[in-house]
Amino acid sequence: MAEIAMGAVGERDAVLCFKALGMRVIPTETAEETTRALFNMTREGVRVIFITEHAARQAAEALQRYQNDPQVVIIPIPGSAGTDGYAMSHVKANVEKAIGADILFNNNANQKEG
Amino acid sequence: MAAALLRVNPTRMELTRIKRRLVTARRGHKLLKDKRDEMVRQFILLVRENDRLRRDVEKELGMALGNFALARAVTEPAMMEEALLYPARSVTVDMSIRSILSVRVPALAVREEKRQTTLSYGLAETSAQLDGTIESLAALLPKLIHLAEVEKACDLLADEIEKTRRRVNALEYVMIPQFEETIRFISMKLDENERGSLTRLMKVKDMIQQRATNG
Repeated sequence: MAEIAMGAVGERDAVLCFKALGMRVIPTETAEETTRALFNMTREGVRVIFITEHAARQAAEALQRYQNDPQVVIIPIPGSAGTDGYAMSHVKANVEKAIGADILFNNNANQKEG
Repeated sequence: MAAALLRVNPTRMELTRIKRRLVTARRGHKLLKDKRDEMVRQFILLVRENDRLRRDVEKELGMALGNFALARAVTEPAMMEEALLYPARSVTVDMSIRSILSVRVPALAVREEKRQTTLSYGLAETSAQLDGTIESLAALLPKLIHLAEVEKACDLLADEIEKTRRRVNALEYVMIPQFEETIRFISMKLDENERGSLTRLMKVKDMIQQRATNG
């Protein structure tokens, strides 16, 4: 069992408050900055990283690289403007990949309608 | 679609070998199918939780970040930076690896801090909204970490399910039919050879008999 630090990457407005919780925070604006921030954090041993949806969308390629690594957890969170559906679409894509059809969330929608 | 034959010599030895491979393939197919079914079951449980957690977190975090934006609006940027520069607590998690049907997924546990305070600054120069935001974020943290754990597990499991499904399909629709077809081909070829040699023997016997009666 290893003790690891946590971090946050993304727009300054959204990630700054995570600093108060004691996380390592790197504010970024461009895809390159985000990619570099992720790389630096994982190298420094920060293995649980929260990334704003906007930054995640920009640096999708960098996220892909860490997708199959069980030691690095990168989780999209909504920015200060609220969620834009990126993270939820990722969950749905996972369901489609694993089961072949988006059966779970369709059921949810039906239940709500009914 | 007829399965392509394996390019092998139609001999009895080859037949035994392929029969043995067919048995292994069938057993592997059954095992992988069971593995896939169980992984899908686990995945559905996890992804439901993931969905629920994500909705909660998005709602609560959206609210907290909205408040933070308001707090930023009424506080000077330099003051805000200063207030948040040196955190009152440090947050770490314990990460271990657990295995769901031999898929390695991370298990995260929040390390409890003895110190209760979350605010790292004096109350005089910052707005009350900032205090509220940081308190609510601190309360949300265990949920965020749980979400991280579940979402990563879903990611990894979905990948593995896809791989296993491909393997199951490859065995079911390519390898097993190929073996069956090859076994049929070899046994027919062997039967044909046997019939050929039997007919030849009968013919030879007839000829010998004819020669004996004539002679």
